[in-house]
Amino acid sequence: MQELVNRAKELLADGTVARVLGWKVGDLPYNPEPAYFENAESLADFVYNGFCGANLSKYMIEASKLEGKTLVFLKPCDTYSFNQLLKEHRVDREKAYIVGVGCKGKLDIEKIRTMGIKGIESIEGAELSDAAEELKIQTIYGEKTCAYKDAMLERCHVCKGKEHQVYDELIGESKETKDADRFAEIERIEAMSPEEKFAFFQNELSKCIRCNACRNVCPACSCRKCVFDSAKFDSEQKANADTFEEKMFHIIRAFHVAGRCTDCGECSRVCPQGIPLHLFNRKFIKDIDELYGEYQAGEDTESKAPLTNFTFDDAEPSIVGKRG
Amino acid sequence: MSIENKEFKPKIVAFCCNWCSYAGADLAGSSRLAYPADVKIIRVPCSCRVNPMFILRAFEKGADGVIMCGCHPGDCHYSTGNYYARRRMTLLFSMLDYIGVENGRTRVEWVSAAEGVKFSDTMNSFVEKIYSLGENVRLGDLRCKN
Amino acid sequence: MYKIAKENLSALFQLIADDQELYLPVKTAGQTNYAAWTPEAEVDLDTLKTVKSAKDAFFPQSENLYTVKREGKKISVEPQALKEQNFVVFGMKACDVKGVEVLDRVFLVDPLDTFYAARREHGTIVALACHEPEETCFCKVFGVDAADPAADVATWIIGEDLYWKALTEKGEVLTEAVKELLTEAEEAPVEAEKEAIHKIVEKLPYMNLSLEGWNGDALEEKFNSSLWEELYKPCLACGTCTFVCPTCQCYDIKDYTAGETVSRYRCWDSCMYSDFTMMAHGNNRTSQMQRFRQRFMHKLVYYPANNDGMYSCVGCGRCVEKCPSALNIVKVIKAFQNQGGEK
Repeated sequence: MQELVNRAKELLADGTVARVLGWKVGDLPYNPEPAYFENAESLADFVYNGFCGANLSKYMIEASKLEGKTLVFLKPCDTYSFNQLLKEHRVDREKAYIVGVGCKGKLDIEKIRTMGIKGIESIEGAELSDAAEELKIQTIYGEKTCAYKDAMLERCHVCKGKEHQVYDELIGESKETKDADRFAEIERIEAMSPEEKFAFFQNELSKCIRCNACRNVCPACSCRKCVFDSAKFDSEQKANADTFEEKMFHIIRAFHVAGRCTDCGECSRVCPQGIPLHLFNRKFIKDIDELYGEYQAGEDTESKAPLTNFTFDDAEPSIVGKRG
Repeated sequence: MSIENKEFKPKIVAFCCNWCSYAGADLAGSSRLAYPADVKIIRVPCSCRVNPMFILRAFEKGADGVIMCGCHPGDCHYSTGNYYARRRMTLLFSMLDYIGVENGRTRVEWVSAAEGVKFSDTMNSFVEKIYSLGENVRLGDLRCKN
Repeated sequence: MYKIAKENLSALFQLIADDQELYLPVKTAGQTNYAAWTPEAEVDLDTLKTVKSAKDAFFPQSENLYTVKREGKKISVEPQALKEQNFVVFGMKACDVKGVEVLDRVFLVDPLDTFYAARREHGTIVALACHEPEETCFCKVFGVDAADPAADVATWIIGEDLYWKALTEKGEVLTEAVKELLTEAEEAPVEAEKEAIHKIVEKLPYMNLSLEGWNGDALEEKFNSSLWEELYKPCLACGTCTFVCPTCQCYDIKDYTAGETVSRYRCWDSCMYSDFTMMAHGNNRTSQMQRFRQRFMHKLVYYPANNDGMYSCVGCGRCVEKCPSALNIVKVIKAFQNQGGEK
């Protein structure tokens, strides 16, 4: 971490960048927040550890409008989002100085809480430099431990890889964390009967409180005015007055980012009700891969996105019933 | 009146493109080919105009089935509109299937201006399918049901 | 003071539910929220904080106000019936109970909110003391005692028993109704539990937060502070904090058109949203900084100014747990403290 701070100080000092976009230490052991640092002194609060899950690419949309370059720290998966934004001309590459940072999987405080660990005072083992595979958690109810892996965000179990897709320089090593197939859960649902599928999603979506966190955190959701926010449409329903509302919201939310979603997993990370929202996005990704060829959004900045492209012999929509 | 003795009259929405399918429907009419009155046609400039939200909106407001018709691939009045529509609808229908909506409730059919017979056959078979599936209960807004 | 064995709780719930509705923390798809009790429901009294507060029981996220129907040329207006059936909310924590007090001061003053008033009249609150408060709790800061909730009935889970004490007339009535399942109990274990809870509370990091400088008179000073420009930056403008909050009371009124009927309903609104309080002339808060500031100014300055110094935050800590960007009211209060309220 000190390496990152030192480099940031250098770049601020020589005028390469006007500000630094990173994470600021929180007031609890697990709640660092995204933050701008404008001078060397403020970097004293800089932190980069297992709880820095926030994808800073989205903040670069606003940062691209500011005077001067912004140094931004991006994890390997964040760089996909940055690339995708670049492709859509939502961020300015000239305004960004990207330092790719290492990652050994990010932690999910909700998972730790679900294990019954509460009253947390301090957490050891969340630093990138910690070699231990275990988190030591001091709580007011005694010391607890849990495997680092068990506290990892779902997205890290299906990590896209250690490679940064876009960067100016790299600092730190990444660790392979992938230990699951990202489509396994999708396939499990696909195999259900329509009744089971419906019950599964009804159960999950009934928790939705329409807080819009999934939408607002999403780097692909960068419309200035969202269709769900426009008073000119009756699609602007702020609450779940009926079960239809949440279904429509989530289908359309995922559809609007289909072919652009890099599967960064931010939607599922931020959902206060723990709805596995990535199941929607990943279904589209899986279909696109199967029907129109493997495609990873954010891997490059030139290729045509699947939904703005076609071939003469694409599958007919009737394939949906036939695939079984 | 209880629901059981209410005869099921499906509501079916058909999005038809202005240049082919709508003309096809016209031809079906002027050729005196019959298809059920349950089908309500909405004319759109091109099948590509059909936003996924249109489909969901139709279901919300009480449709039991939604069908989209456009020019045959390669014949789009705007050259390529229906190719994009094809991808979109494929993904959307797949998603609806994924969340447990019966996949027979949605269909895409390419109908040219000369295919009056195909239009009426398509509608007949689609309506039949919807009759067999019954009322749409999974994807509708309760507030629209009373 | 009465008690009932934990294993008999489902019988208690059944008995209550026999003649009135019962809302309590229920686990659905891994998350605990207040929901109507059914024999199949997975009741979860161990989770300290439900995701949403119990606010829904009195002020639901969405409720119909009236329905307009058209039949031919005739148009009729049907007002929504007010709550007439008694109900019980079981398991509310002390902070959520205090949250209801905050709502009372908004909805039960002139002009009276009849929908809310009807629910308050028919609702009985059975509160549960917090056996193990967590690091995100700061109720003590707002004068809430986690060990001794001020509801109609207060309960404590100690070991294998639930201790039960009626505190109000409504509470007495409910106690009478379920008396067959309760047995007389000593006060002593409850006193010991309270003491234990107080000891834990003392150890929690947020409990001694200082609210110095935050009051109804601090408007100019706090409003004009340059700190907001810094604080709001990570805010994503989602409504999580406002929707999980037990005291946020802003709502929007909207129409839903369904062919021949139009229902006018109200639903929670969030000051974080760009269309919050949208008027014909546009919006009176045009930047996220202003919206962000509004939320905390309302909780810590505007509300106390109108309510004898009472804050409209109860320290439940839900926003601390749920904010996607790890922002929260505690960080705001601390930031002002650290800067000495610098202008």
